[in-house]
Amino acid sequence: MEKVSVLEEKAREIRKLTIRAIGKLGVGHIGGALTLCEVLSVLYFDVMNIDAKDSKKPDRDRFVLSKGHGGPALYAALALKGFLKIEDLDTLNQPGTHLPSHCDMRLTNGIDMSTGSLGQGFSAAIGMALAARMDKLPIYIYTIIGDGESQEGQIWEAAMAAGSRKLDNLIAFTDYNKMQIDGYTEEINGLEPLDKKWEAFGWHVQTVDGHAVKDIQKAIDTAKKVKGKPSMIIMDTIKGKGGCFCENLLTSHNMPVDEESWKKAVELLEKGEM
Amino acid sequence: MILEDRWMRETYVDLLLEYAAKDDRICLVEADLMRAIGTLRFRDVYPERCQDLGVAEANMIGVAAGMSAMGKVPFTHSFTPFATRRVCDQVTLSVAYAGLNVKMVGSDPGVTAELNGGTHMSMEDVAIMRNIPNMIVFEPTDSAQLRKAFPQIMDHYGPVYIRLLRRNAVKIFDENCEFQLGKGIVLKEGKDVTIIASGIMTAEAMDAAEILKAEGIDAEIINIHTVKPLDEELIIKSAKKTGAVVTAENGSIINGLGSAVAECISENCPTIMERVGVKDHFGEVGLTEYLKEKYGLKASDIVKAAKNVMMKKQNS
Repeated sequence: MEKVSVLEEKAREIRKLTIRAIGKLGVGHIGGALTLCEVLSVLYFDVMNIDAKDSKKPDRDRFVLSKGHGGPALYAALALKGFLKIEDLDTLNQPGTHLPSHCDMRLTNGIDMSTGSLGQGFSAAIGMALAARMDKLPIYIYTIIGDGESQEGQIWEAAMAAGSRKLDNLIAFTDYNKMQIDGYTEEINGLEPLDKKWEAFGWHVQTVDGHAVKDIQKAIDTAKKVKGKPSMIIMDTIKGKGGCFCENLLTSHNMPVDEESWKKAVELLEKGEM
Repeated sequence: MILEDRWMRETYVDLLLEYAAKDDRICLVEADLMRAIGTLRFRDVYPERCQDLGVAEANMIGVAAGMSAMGKVPFTHSFTPFATRRVCDQVTLSVAYAGLNVKMVGSDPGVTAELNGGTHMSMEDVAIMRNIPNMIVFEPTDSAQLRKAFPQIMDHYGPVYIRLLRRNAVKIFDENCEFQLGKGIVLKEGKDVTIIASGIMTAEAMDAAEILKAEGIDAEIINIHTVKPLDEELIIKSAKKTGAVVTAENGSIINGLGSAVAECISENCPTIMERVGVKDHFGEVGLTEYLKEKYGLKASDIVKAAKNVMMKKQNS
């Protein structure tokens, strides 16, 4: 296992790069991108069997960001890992970019599945896990869904299929920040009891602090030891985490960001004050 | 006209089995219609290559997309409405936008849904699938044509919608027929009017040609099995030759074969035309012959349309 301090530093780098990229553009899905920095740090710098020099190797682990609007955070992780150039991040959402708002496997090195229409990536992750099992590939498929995304019917079609097929090569995360575009998740269309729902669908369920790399590491380790069940790791997260202008802000799903705000946010992160 | 002695679905499953034996990428992703579509026979031989996900079509398409991303060539199956309009966004984004290689079969096209009635009778499946970039829309006319098409469908990397008649087709082609995806077939040359038909309407068009011949009208009959990409070259050539065009399809005339042909000729060689097909109606319960009568899908309707366009041609 990678050291916690190293992963925390990587998470901070991902967060800074994400804020910078969205900030330079002036608008973006900042809230639900900043929730992902810790889990992406653990996946990309500790857990996943991937190689930037051989990005398409068949026996690599796969990652599907089903909540595709979190793309900017994933691009930051891919850049730090060497799949992209750091300066590529400045092209986010610019005309002709290979880093669009939502993940696109045809455009971006290191992206395993195109996502953006909510609920769909999760099914694709299950398809990948089934294919890996058919081919006896000793790999894991990782996927992250949003809490708002969990209101999609397709999530539960897929959940049922993965549970009934005992897909233990699938490790999923819910980014449970409890906010969605129109308000608090519990007020719009409540998910509770979320852990019980996943258990009822035949999943092994853990709930962790989604901003504690050590907890995420441990949960993945536990998930890998579970046989005969897919794993759901519900991450309690804070929308907009670490961005001084957007943390815990209900309107942070997709918001304008001015230069002063993003520069201040990066400065505070560098000083360790956020 | 001779009906084939086997259902189209049996030929289709034969082909799946034949190609699966030499290509281990082929797998089936299903949504509880294996019994209807005949793929249970495939599961008996390759249980490990079948995923029947139950009554969950959106997940079926998504899972197939994920399997394609891992290098498989998944075939999905449902009735035409659930293979297209129910999963339009999944097909568009998880498959086509993602650039993946999923083959999607819609069974029981148009009025052939028969006693399942209006809910299961998609008149708009071709229209939906034709609108999705990179999608090939293919409707085999008979078993011989399906047999010729299958290796080309396998060789093509990318999404293909196969609009598959479940039961017996009228035999149009022999085993040695020429076939190329995206290339129409002239079944009968003629000089007075062009009749362009797909699916079960091809046999009606051939009947119509006989009726017209008895009246001294020389019709050219073209089978368009691939509505997309459309064989524009052949259509333009024939339209220029005859100056009058009729299309015939087992489905809505809105944005299906007739619309595709209209787009092509109005942009290239404006020609009088008429579309035979379902005219902005939902389906309903009934046997195929009854529904063909009801919606104007008989040879006699094609004859009437052919005479109409010829009259308009003369008057223009």
